Amino acid sequence: MARPVRFNVHPIKANIKDNISLVDMPEGYAGDGFFTTSLSKVVGLARQNSMWPMPFATSCCGIEFMATMASHYDLARFGAERLGFSPRQCDLLMVMGTIAKKMGPIVKQVYLQMAEPRWVMAVGACASSGGIFDTYSVLQGIDQVVPVDVYVPGCPPRPEAILDGFIRIQELVGAESVRRRNSEQYKGLLQSYGIQ
Amino acid sequence: MALTNETIKERLIAKFGDQLSRFEEPYGLLTFEAPKDLNLKVMQFLFDDEELRFQFLTDLTAVHYPDQAGRELAVVYHLHNLTDNIRLRLKVFTAIGQPDIFTATQLYSAANWMERETFDFFGVNFVGHPNLKRILNVDEMEYFPLRKEFPLEDQTRIDKDDAMFGRGTIK
Amino acid sequence: MSIEHHVKLPEGSIEKNTTTLNLGPTHPATHGVFQNILELDGERIVSSEQTVGYIHRAFEKLAERRPLYQITTLTDRLNYCSSPINNMGWHVTCEKLLGVKTPKRVDYLRVIIMELSRISDHLICNSVVGVDSGAFTGFLYVMQYRELIYEIYEEVCGSRLTTNMGRIGGFERNFTNAAFEKIEKFLAEYPGVLREFENMFTRNRIFMERTIGAGPISAERALNYGFTGPNLRAAGVDYDVRVHTPYSSYEDFNFEIPVGTTGDCYDRFLVRNNEMWQSLNIIQQAYQKVQDMKGAEAEIFHADAPSYYLPEKKDVYTKMESLIWHFKIVMGETEIPPGEVYNSVEGGNGEVGFYLISDGGRTPYRLHFRRPCFIYYQAYSELTKGAMLSDAVIVMSSLNLIAGEMDA
Repeated sequence: MARPVRFNVHPIKANIKDNISLVDMPEGYAGDGFFTTSLSKVVGLARQNSMWPMPFATSCCGIEFMATMASHYDLARFGAERLGFSPRQCDLLMVMGTIAKKMGPIVKQVYLQMAEPRWVMAVGACASSGGIFDTYSVLQGIDQVVPVDVYVPGCPPRPEAILDGFIRIQELVGAESVRRRNSEQYKGLLQSYGIQ
Repeated sequence: MALTNETIKERLIAKFGDQLSRFEEPYGLLTFEAPKDLNLKVMQFLFDDEELRFQFLTDLTAVHYPDQAGRELAVVYHLHNLTDNIRLRLKVFTAIGQPDIFTATQLYSAANWMERETFDFFGVNFVGHPNLKRILNVDEMEYFPLRKEFPLEDQTRIDKDDAMFGRGTIK
Repeated sequence: MSIEHHVKLPEGSIEKNTTTLNLGPTHPATHGVFQNILELDGERIVSSEQTVGYIHRAFEKLAERRPLYQITTLTDRLNYCSSPINNMGWHVTCEKLLGVKTPKRVDYLRVIIMELSRISDHLICNSVVGVDSGAFTGFLYVMQYRELIYEIYEEVCGSRLTTNMGRIGGFERNFTNAAFEKIEKFLAEYPGVLREFENMFTRNRIFMERTIGAGPISAERALNYGFTGPNLRAAGVDYDVRVHTPYSSYEDFNFEIPVGTTGDCYDRFLVRNNEMWQSLNIIQQAYQKVQDMKGAEAEIFHADAPSYYLPEKKDVYTKMESLIWHFKIVMGETEIPPGEVYNSVEGGNGEVGFYLISDGGRTPYRLHFRRPCFIYYQAYSELTKGAMLSDAVIVMSSLNLIAGEMDA
């Protein structure tokens, strides 16, 4: 007898009347016609809700990303409406799929072409650690060549997992201080990857 | 009259005599071996002949048998006659010290990249190939990875501990 | 009068007449990673050179390390838009080697799943041809039905994309009622969606101008290049592995093979569209045949081959012999006869072949995948010779190049 679990055979229509969530205001002091808060909070709020991702889709995870981008698991709801294909115009590099050693220098080159502030999301087991391909030709994780902010495990990760990773990136972006990119610690991190 | 494995075998033996050997039919597919100098002649005969018409190259690959001295690398061609729906497998053996085989690119354009892949993996030198260089691996690689003596994993990686993965004893 | 007559140019100033443009490996149009270095004369392509291998994962070397069941997970990642076809092709190859005969119900269920995955592969290809020519809406409309196909896969094997579906000899569990309900829902709703998709593209003046005449190939050249699948059928040759060497009881079904004439992008688009209609037809027939089976026959979902079929998990946990067989199969104590077998199935892109040489051990001695994408990408330079730059992109997407299958 098969497992008695059934999903979505007769889907329930969601009630979307008045069911729109808005971003919370940051903490601050409000008065008549003005509002004060810290700069990082406002900048973080603006950045996190309008990320411009760059999809670097190499293999199977790329197809799950296409499903995430499509209307069922819409990524545009989170502000990532505009997918850029030029790294010079994007904030978030989403590396999806296996990166072979032949492709490693290209990931690095694309990362270098991005302007600060930039974030990197490794989607899938192959981008995080090489995945099932422990072979001579596969880079065992893109953190060998670029610093990574969020890892999304899975082979391939469900679209919900990719969205979860994206939400964590948003949290990181919202909480980041405006001085971080010039700090010694960040510079040290880039030095360790050989990036000036 | 339908073309059968028997007919093909007779025509081949009539043309090439006992230079062809090891005729067998594993799982119904006629397989035979030719000496490496004759590979193009045999394929040209199979291509041009009115009755045989093997004009489709399905697959080209190689196998490494390290234990057979003088015959370590086998290049295997799978041919297909689309009109009569018969397949054929031709094997050509060569020694690993001097793995020169004539290229089939003049006859089948499909052989171009398939031979580059075979060169990349096994080091088979296809004489007369227009562009014989590595195709799938990095250009700087110095060895031929699919030969049996080389390991699967990258030996320079530091984050994976072979002992924890149970490697070392099982081949 | 040309410029050379009036002006004496310094030596070597206009040597190269063409511009070099690097298309890839990361490019919005290359769905996957492969590179094209184009030599352009203005906007016409003079020549092009392809570089592949940016996602070479050494499948063939990996397969020498893995026993037969673990190779199914590798085959998933070949043509990952239609992974069940690869899985079942591999299982059919193993069954040929091991001499396992599958019952009819298993064959019909396999046919349903394989045709569903063929539809999902052609869906992606056709909608992406649309996206590359600027029409994003078609993609969004049909992706919803891809989600429904994924739900059917989930009911059968638990996973959406890299399905690892089935066992040697059948399936790991019987199809649930929910799976059959979802298949019925698909059969009821999808024809309308496909009709809508066709109406958007097939007689659309802009789409036709973009694709007619882009990248044509004649039947002789296509055969010489080793084309198979929809690309060959668009050139006019009706070679389909399902009809030539039927596997999994395909001979029990009535379907047509759509064939084109010029082999250009428009023909490839139409051939894929019509193949989707034919696949729907096949699924309908197979579903009817499965529903007509009653009683004990309707409970069969695997062949009677205990030495090769990994038993169902609930049996492993409750019955002694299933536990013993499970142990023997996983530890490699069952006999794999030595021999060599070549078997092929009709994948989304053509003939996916598995050349398996076994030496009697637990893992194959050599496994080679005949990958259609790798073989027909060679023809790209011939297809785009003399074409405009925009055709380069359309030809690439209409050939349905999947990087995982190309590099393996």
